[in-house]
Amino acid sequence: MEHATVSGGHSLKNYLIGFVLAVILTAIPFVLVAMGALPRVTMFFVIAIAAVVQVFVHLRYFLNLSLKETPRENILALAFACVLVFLMVGGTIWIMFNLEYRHDM
Amino acid sequence: MSADVAMNPQRRGPEEEAYEERAFGFWLYLMTDAIIFALLFATYVVMAPNIASAPAPKSLFDLWHTAGETALLLVSSLTFGVATISMIQGKKGQVLLWLAVTFVLGAGFVAMEIMEFAGMIAAGAGPGGSGSLSAFFTLVGTHGLHVSLGLVWIIILGLQVAVKGLTMPVTSRLFRLGLFWHFLDIVWIGIFSVVYLPGIM
Repeated sequence: MEHATVSGGHSLKNYLIGFVLAVILTAIPFVLVAMGALPRVTMFFVIAIAAVVQVFVHLRYFLNLSLKETPRENILALAFACVLVFLMVGGTIWIMFNLEYRHDM
Repeated sequence: MSADVAMNPQRRGPEEEAYEERAFGFWLYLMTDAIIFALLFATYVVMAPNIASAPAPKSLFDLWHTAGETALLLVSSLTFGVATISMIQGKKGQVLLWLAVTFVLGAGFVAMEIMEFAGMIAAGAGPGGSGSLSAFFTLVGTHGLHVSLGLVWIIILGLQVAVKGLTMPVTSRLFRLGLFWHFLDIVWIGIFSVVYLPGIM
């Protein structure tokens, strides 16, 4: 299955596209934080969106994932890991901040 | 058994299938590793406000230092990609060259992180300083440990490429190391987005 992915997307062009996109998506939050121009909440959103987009850029151009060519079981494993992460991280943050909120009441 | 044959999905024998299974097994390992990191992130987010009497993150983190670390790791991902392409083209010398460049960049990253940790500990903000700092050192330290192990792995595979050449077992291992290396760069996106940038804001 690595062979399918290897032959599928490994080209210098792909790596360079991924690199340029990653540099842009890294520079945006760093420059904005350095300038301190945006309100706090807006800043959090910009950082979060830039990070999520950059993760997809890395998956697509560096790890060469593609819905068509990557074997199904790899995508399924990734999807399952995402579900676990969502439940465990989301659940942890929900419970702990709810606890803190009730503690302060 | 050139790299070209190894990469061609049309010519698969039992040996190729064995390597495919290893690639899938390694992918499963990476997913479990991602879950470990996700939980360390969750712990950090919960603990981050608890700074007790230790210095605040704003005075401990430096935006340019973090930007430097980010640049080293990102460029190392690109150079590893170039090594992968050289591997597919069967250019042994190029593979060794780009692995060496990747190693230097990765070592630079680890060195910067050690400098940062040493500076923080000297400033009285060690892992025992507060709940926030414990979570910080655990999360960022675990990532740094992964990168350090990746460096050892690069040396081992570099030697294998030099001694054995680009045989199928070696290219298969090199491919898995590539997955590992790119994965660590993804974890780092999370670290600068969750730990450093909000801490400096």
